Amino acid sequence: MNRVETLIKLSPWLFTIGLFVVWEAAVHIFQIPVFFLPPPSAIAQAFVDYSGPIARNSWITLQTTLIGFGLAVGFGLLLGLLVGWSRAIYAGLYPLMIGFNAIPKVALVPILVLWFGIGFVPAVLTAFLISFFPIVVNVATGLATIEPELEDVLKALGASKLDIMRKVGIPRTLPYFFGSLKVAITLAFVGSVISESVASNYGIGNLMLQAQAQFQVPLIFAGLIVLAVEGIAMYAVMAMLERRMTRWAQRSGFAQA
Amino acid sequence: MTAFVALDGVSHAYAGVNSALAVDGLSISVESGEFAAVVGPSGCGKSTLMKLATGLQFPRAGTVTVAGEKVTAPVKIAGMAFQAPTLLPWRTTIENLLLPLEIVQPYRGEMRRRRAEFTDRAERLLASVGLEGQGSKYPWELSGGMQQRTSLCRALIHEPQLLMLDEPFGALDAFTREELWCVIRDLQAARKITVVLVTHDLREAVFLADRVFVMSSRPGRVVVEKRIELPRPRDLEITFTQAFQDIVHELRSHIVKARQ
Repeated sequence: MNRVETLIKLSPWLFTIGLFVVWEAAVHIFQIPVFFLPPPSAIAQAFVDYSGPIARNSWITLQTTLIGFGLAVGFGLLLGLLVGWSRAIYAGLYPLMIGFNAIPKVALVPILVLWFGIGFVPAVLTAFLISFFPIVVNVATGLATIEPELEDVLKALGASKLDIMRKVGIPRTLPYFFGSLKVAITLAFVGSVISESVASNYGIGNLMLQAQAQFQVPLIFAGLIVLAVEGIAMYAVMAMLERRMTRWAQRSGFAQA
Repeated sequence: MTAFVALDGVSHAYAGVNSALAVDGLSISVESGEFAAVVGPSGCGKSTLMKLATGLQFPRAGTVTVAGEKVTAPVKIAGMAFQAPTLLPWRTTIENLLLPLEIVQPYRGEMRRRRAEFTDRAERLLASVGLEGQGSKYPWELSGGMQQRTSLCRALIHEPQLLMLDEPFGALDAFTREELWCVIRDLQAARKITVVLVTHDLREAVFLADRVFVMSSRPGRVVVEKRIELPRPRDLEITFTQAFQDIVHELRSHIVKARQ
């Protein structure tokens, strides 16, 4: 490994550490009060003081998010295949889905609470509802962009629509699908935390709400950091899956960067 | 000789309310085992001809007959290759070649049992176009010319009776193109299959074909039909002879007229 590559490998860490150093310094230099913007050192102290609740609640949030995300993957994949299968279904469902996607999901939480009560279920469903859309759109796009010549080659052999779907449609859609998972997993965190802070007694969202009520500002920021770390970790898992499953589509220099 | 592919008074327009006719009163007849080339100005409906003859489109008027039967569905006995190689990037070269066998009966049902045999056949076919031992590479590891050879092999692996080529050499450099002319010449001579080649390149048409059809500009129909009497087997050297040049010039003047 040469020096440039070493630098590239290290730079994410350097930038992150740099951000916290600047933050810490700025708080001290400008004498910002802790209840306004706590320095990273105070946030770290909050992690130590509240390690139990933070660990418990971040585990709950992670679970909630992953279950909602799992539902979104299953449902999004099915709906995407259905929408990509037929132009009539595409034309019929697309405006409905766009309309649905335009609704702020926080507005759905009261309805979900009405149906399922507060707690785990509305949070899972909010994570699901917010994250399935990019999966559907990407899968449908992958199917809709099959080269017409390739379709002709197969049709001239007597291939059925199902054949074309199995041999070409689904494999060529995989890069789109795995790409969409990276977007969907981060959205799923947004969904579960929204619901936790509005209607739950558990989770990081709820923890932050309670911390706010008690004016424990460092703890609020600790919650944010937990969410960021979980988000990055899950994104990395999805990116790794993408590389593993669709190596053939990752040939350009951009993909390796 | 009987016609293997026959279009009789065919008119066709693509879907859409005010769409103009792509071809109108198009009649063409290709004999079994014949190498036919179709040339014409761009947009003259050559590709429409391909789609009609393979049953990917059905004419608004007139009839299309292939192998003695009226075409009412995709013909299933045709192999096709286009200007773009359209190989599947997630499959190796060999796996790309096996694709038609996974679709066409009777191979489809025997795929599991006879896979080794089919793979062997694909390897031999690759070797016959100069791609020996390249089977385990992915398409994007091959040059443009090698990809196009693979695409030709894919069109031939299921031993079709009819080979439809839509400007298959259009995107290649001149030397690779001439190399592939010889590849397709030898394949056709060895297998006696019927070939319909759509092309812009008059030298290509004259070098390869038994008969050349010149189409008019849109809506397309055949304006000239020219039998190429050059002796076979033809060598690339023949393209430099006066007789060859004369035929090319004659066809060229027809196309110039057709464009007006």
